[in-house]
Amino acid sequence: MNDLLLTGLLMLIKLGMILAVLLTMAAYLVLAERKLLARMQRRYGPNRVGFGGMLQPLADLIKLLTKEDFLPAQADKWLFLLAPGLAAVTALLAFAVVPFAPPLELFGRQLPMVVCDLNVGILYFFGLSSLAVYGVALGGWASNSKYALLGALRAMGQMLSYELAMGLSIVPVILMARSFSLTEIVQAQASLPFALTNPLAFGIFFIAALAESKRTPFDLPEAENELVAGFHTEYSGMRFGLFFVGEYLNLVVLGAIITSLFLGGWHGPLLPPIIWFLGKVLAVAFVFIWIRGTLPRLRYDQLMAFGWKALLPLALVNLLATGGILLWLGGAS
Amino acid sequence: MNLWRDIKGTFQPFWITLRYLFKRPVTISYPEQKRTLPPRYRARMILTRDPDGEERCVACHLCSAACPVDCISMQAAERADGRRHAAWFRINFARCIYCGLCAEACPTLAIQMSSEYELGNRDLLKLVWEKEDLLVDHGGKDPDYHFYRHTGIGVVAPRGGNNDELPPVDIKTNLP
Repeated sequence: MNDLLLTGLLMLIKLGMILAVLLTMAAYLVLAERKLLARMQRRYGPNRVGFGGMLQPLADLIKLLTKEDFLPAQADKWLFLLAPGLAAVTALLAFAVVPFAPPLELFGRQLPMVVCDLNVGILYFFGLSSLAVYGVALGGWASNSKYALLGALRAMGQMLSYELAMGLSIVPVILMARSFSLTEIVQAQASLPFALTNPLAFGIFFIAALAESKRTPFDLPEAENELVAGFHTEYSGMRFGLFFVGEYLNLVVLGAIITSLFLGGWHGPLLPPIIWFLGKVLAVAFVFIWIRGTLPRLRYDQLMAFGWKALLPLALVNLLATGGILLWLGGAS
Repeated sequence: MNLWRDIKGTFQPFWITLRYLFKRPVTISYPEQKRTLPPRYRARMILTRDPDGEERCVACHLCSAACPVDCISMQAAERADGRRHAAWFRINFARCIYCGLCAEACPTLAIQMSSEYELGNRDLLKLVWEKEDLLVDHGGKDPDYHFYRHTGIGVVAPRGGNNDELPPVDIKTNLP
């Protein structure tokens, strides 16, 4: 009984810490993005609240919480209220399968540093990333606004064009690691990260992840200068905040997934594993922000054509080549 | 299709944004840092004085007639020696668009534009300025100009007593 209590307590502490770290990271990524984008455009970015703007996320939170929670007159009420939660929760849940450190020895028991080490972790991640589109699509549909609807339609079209290539780009990784579990994929990269052994898959997955996160080269669903704010045009207050937090949570989660799948997860010399993991995630996030500061938005048809005509064939060829090479190297195993 | 050019065009901008990341921002953080204004910057108007220290304004109403937003109002009055002045002069800076037409219309150089531009205020009534707030103790851009020395009106000197004036003609002497 006491044993069970201790296990439960440890688990709760772990969950609480993961939640706190994730949400703080998402909040401060917003600030980091604003700061970095500003610097790339030779501005200062937010620097009024707290030292160097360090309390800006808090100020934003207070502002969003105190704003009116507006419901458009003709909106589909329940879907409208539900959609932002869907967007944020799916991003949060997807982190559950990401291992961020090797198992910890504590009180004579092994504490795995992952919320849930599913043996089909990658499939779980894919399921949730597909569900995340529902948040956007339903939110845009329920708003009963032309701009929101167009944003939602674009999100759907975008998902159709990148998701297949994304899935196919992971298959070589699964082939090389011989497992669907993210923990084992990370273990398989102890000596060499898959980004080096299979750079093409890494590139395809990275581009697909950019599209998945709905950020700049592929931010069609919320294209400000065409669609006002796209799918969240009609949202205000904390519901808009949930979409917003969801987007940045998604950024963290995608960074974590890229880290686990291609960059060797927590593996790295000298520094403790958790530092390596966080550093890699932040580096991926920085590249995402850098891309946002650099590239313009693609056109809708360009994204579709790129997804179907370039990424998908490349991913297929890559899958074939990796399979062939593995078969050749591994022989009969 | 020039694939090489496209690839180069995709990756070259990254170098530029990275370089800019480490450059100094060009922003001027306004309330703390202020840019030096051009010497003849024109913001709010002032009422200047002539070399004798008297108000230049003769309450001719030309400024309020020229004002496109009708923000100037005044009441004319006359002293015992015949000098005109504004009994009160009121300008509503909440309405003023800082166009400078009043200064152009002013025949006595009383109204001139100063470079003070920080008039922001949360209370609209505090933006209604009276003559006392507008008057300054100098002659502005032409400190030696004295209106009454050119008008031929005997206020500061007897009629015809100024340098560029002839004494008034006694028209009775022209009788045949």
